[in-house]
Amino acid sequence: MHTSTLSELARALEAGETTSEALTRETLERIRAHDGRYNSFITVAEERALEQARAADKARTDGRAGPLTGIPFAHKDIFCTEDLLTTCGSRMLENFAPPYNSTVAQKLDDAGAVCVGKANMDEFAMGSSNETSYFGPVTNPWGDGLVPGGSSGGSAAAVAARLVPAATATDTGGSIRQPAALCGLTGLKPTYGRISRYGIIAFASSLDQAGTLTRDARDAALMLNTMAGFDPKDSTSLDREVPDYSASLENDLSGLRIGLPKEYFSDELSPAMAEQVRSAVREYEKLGATVKEITLPHSHLAVAAYYVIAPAEASANLSRFDGVRYGHRCDNPQDLNDLYLRSRSEGFGEEVKRRILVGTYALSAGFFDAYYLKAQKVRRLIQQDFTNAFNEVDLIMGPTSPSPAFAQGDKTDDPINMYLEDVFTIASNLAGLPAMSIPGGMVNNLPVGLQIIGNYFDEARMLNAAHRFQQVTDWHRQVAPNSA
Amino acid sequence: MQWETVIGLEVHVQLATQSKIFSGASTAFGAEPNAQASAVDLAMPGMLPVLNEGAVRMAVQFGFAVNADIAHRSVFDRKNYFYADLPKGYQISQMYHPIVGKGEVSVNLSDGSERTIGIEHAHLEEDAGKSLHEDFQGQSGIDLNRAGTPLLEIVSEPDMRSAEEAAAYLRKIHAIVTYLGISDGDMSQGSMRCDCNVSVRPKGQTEFGTRSEIKNVNSFRFVEKAINTEVERQIELIEDGGEVQQETRLYDADRDETRSMRTKEFANDYRYFPDPDLLPVEIDDEYIDRIRDDLPELPDTKQARFITEYGLNADEAAPLVQSQTLADYFEQVARGSGDARQAANWIMGELARLMNQNEVEIQDCPVGASDLATLILRVQDGTISGKLAKQVFEALWNGEGSPDEIIDKQGLKQVSDSSEIEALVDQVLADNQAMVDDYLGEEVAKKQKKKFNALVGQVMKASQGKANPAQVNDILQQKLTSSD
Amino acid sequence: MSISRDKIEQVAWLARIQLEDSEKEALEGKLSDILGMVDQLQAADTDGITPMAHPLDATQRLRPDEVTETNKRERFQAVAPETQDGLYLVPRVVE
Repeated sequence: MHTSTLSELARALEAGETTSEALTRETLERIRAHDGRYNSFITVAEERALEQARAADKARTDGRAGPLTGIPFAHKDIFCTEDLLTTCGSRMLENFAPPYNSTVAQKLDDAGAVCVGKANMDEFAMGSSNETSYFGPVTNPWGDGLVPGGSSGGSAAAVAARLVPAATATDTGGSIRQPAALCGLTGLKPTYGRISRYGIIAFASSLDQAGTLTRDARDAALMLNTMAGFDPKDSTSLDREVPDYSASLENDLSGLRIGLPKEYFSDELSPAMAEQVRSAVREYEKLGATVKEITLPHSHLAVAAYYVIAPAEASANLSRFDGVRYGHRCDNPQDLNDLYLRSRSEGFGEEVKRRILVGTYALSAGFFDAYYLKAQKVRRLIQQDFTNAFNEVDLIMGPTSPSPAFAQGDKTDDPINMYLEDVFTIASNLAGLPAMSIPGGMVNNLPVGLQIIGNYFDEARMLNAAHRFQQVTDWHRQVAPNSA
Repeated sequence: MQWETVIGLEVHVQLATQSKIFSGASTAFGAEPNAQASAVDLAMPGMLPVLNEGAVRMAVQFGFAVNADIAHRSVFDRKNYFYADLPKGYQISQMYHPIVGKGEVSVNLSDGSERTIGIEHAHLEEDAGKSLHEDFQGQSGIDLNRAGTPLLEIVSEPDMRSAEEAAAYLRKIHAIVTYLGISDGDMSQGSMRCDCNVSVRPKGQTEFGTRSEIKNVNSFRFVEKAINTEVERQIELIEDGGEVQQETRLYDADRDETRSMRTKEFANDYRYFPDPDLLPVEIDDEYIDRIRDDLPELPDTKQARFITEYGLNADEAAPLVQSQTLADYFEQVARGSGDARQAANWIMGELARLMNQNEVEIQDCPVGASDLATLILRVQDGTISGKLAKQVFEALWNGEGSPDEIIDKQGLKQVSDSSEIEALVDQVLADNQAMVDDYLGEEVAKKQKKKFNALVGQVMKASQGKANPAQVNDILQQKLTSSD
Repeated sequence: MSISRDKIEQVAWLARIQLEDSEKEALEGKLSDILGMVDQLQAADTDGITPMAHPLDATQRLRPDEVTETNKRERFQAVAPETQDGLYLVPRVVE
């Protein structure tokens, strides 16, 4: 069954060809047998998953099954799951089992989906290679020694390795799309506010958005149907009707206006990558879309703005980890400050500390205007670029990442180089726009991501475009050579 | 040198909402430690704040009460610092765009003058928890029940020039918030707390001197004492050639001194920035108008009404409106007795004296308003003399029964039977022939009057104070004239 | 823009992050690189541009003033490092 997509599994369950318990047992076995190679899971929830599976089977017998009932999946370890370890990839939360569910976890529970475990990730979602996790790096099923991307690297590797058909993930600057690109998956980051952030351990609150990693757009639509929606517990959640994203997948693309930002085809992108992206876009022309070059004149400032705003917000968001109410606490603190200093220094890894320091610096007296406020102004310029672009086109397309999967250790000593992994993805987080990455080609036998950026709340159109592309191409069906 | 004192107050008022400002936990006093600390209040990972409408409404009510500009758009910021009672490592406050803008209040001073004190702004924020220092193996215990209780911080202009003005201003703020019912204003419970910014400058100088901030002065009396003590300290310091440091000081009421709080290794830098978990608060005219239309009568309006409706003068009315309870008490006595001036005299005279002496607040006053009204009526209708009424009042205070019972029991009823009085007068004249002769022999009218009064006194004494003085006067006059 | 050792120490103190001397040294270079990259912002013409704190132009929703939480102290304190009598324990707080 591991070769099937989520939609195919749903059909098999519906047809009575298998049960959730059987699927779940198989999934757990495959994780046990193969995950040593990827390290894509931090926690495997055997008992809990089997219980959920049996409940799902019962629900089906009782006629209460929905599309996700009984489907095994993985949660990125940033989603709080009640009484199930939620580490956020950090020593700080090594032993933290939340006494509550995130809204996303609750919705998937309620839909009868079966969480088989918690996927590895960069610590506190800070990283683009899944090398900052306290629980060790994740290996990309496309090649030993290759990174899966980050920060949702565990989610991506687990799906690419065919351990699970789908995984939840979060995207603050590209953390869904870049791993999707590097692992040959369909990654969806919806509009900011579309999915509740309640119970998702915050990195940068104004940028974080939950989403999905799946094999194709059809599966992404199914997941989003369940995960999206207004949540009164999240002030930034938007009270707006959720359409049936599956219903519009087959819509005709003729007349669709696609914009290619000229800035995304610059020096950062190798000619081979650029060619793959252009050739993917040509498929859209065959499907009846029109393509034109557009400009996003401030896109070169996105990384700089992001590396002020995200660390600034993170520096405050991570202050709550003080060793008092939960999480790591140092031994024998001498006084209150000793408790803070040592608990935090022991609990946080190097990259997290670095970003906390950058953020603290950017907000500190004398630098606030020059850094924080300036970045917020540039953020508006970037948003305005998109607003202007969407007056002319329906979707924006381009590369997801500057290069395919790279080797572990390649960029760990060079933060700037690592940060540039997100050069094409960050802008949509700053603007709050929905964006996807779908497999769009291969370079050196490694997947290349095609990024699709939509207008606010235009997930249905993006999924429609992704799905139609996947009907005429088979990039998304390529199987990673080291998959299980 | 002549010195001028400059004072500004920051008053923190706990708002009387049912639930906390950003969570649905109860704000009730007296719960078991941490029983009212929700996951949001505990800053558990992934928890998000959602703003309480009640807190916004109360802030707007206060804004109207001090004739302030109400901000149609206000913004919450994070104030970053680490402390044991601050679970998030930041306090949610309003730094740049407070909900209440510039306003003013007027205060009456003991010399009969009136002063207007500017309010710079008032903003919403959350309260912190409490550290308990009983011995927990040398550690402190943290109770976060209070964390997240809504506070309105009211920041005055540096408009006060004496401790008396500061105390009067604080009383006025207290009156306003209790009239509005937005706080119980109980300083002893910490529902209202005051920080005093104090500086001195040579009289005539326009620039302000360096100020110190006296933290947490928690009674009206201590505000005056703390300020006076601090002013003396500053003047002495400067006159001795020293300089006032800008610092935070604590007032020690036992020693009547202020002392510097321990300074930190590095100065605080709160790194305020807009809280990305909360959106700008926008309130429309309809909302604001509805609040204005529902405002209760406020101290100034009530004072004006007491002057017109009850014919009091400003000096009489001002102290009566200091608290809603006192004002209500006055109105009941005034209506019950039909004599507002007597009601005011009794309340600000005997009642105030006994309350002060016994340190009792009006809400705990043992003399019911209807009893005081009856007592006034008994004086009016001649049942008892004004002098004995005080004796009755003390008995009322001591809970010895209703006014009529007390008058009866103690036999204080005024003697108005003229034959009874005549007999008394005759007896006194017979017993005091020398005084009568003295009176008759006196030629200076003024001196004669005095001697007459001495005889009246003898008669009153003989009646144990119960004889109707007017009748005694008349009868004595008759007798002495006839014996002339 | 490079960042001095003093500033690193001050910022680390504000953030309550303890740094070994070797870490400080490594950070001087890396933080300077990051801040150098971020300094590209200074070239942007942002005259008259309103800072953007939120991606969407939405406003705060207000929650009715109702108590919706119950006492879950035991659940919450089950994950706490050190508690006693319902209180969270910390090294003695000096005022």
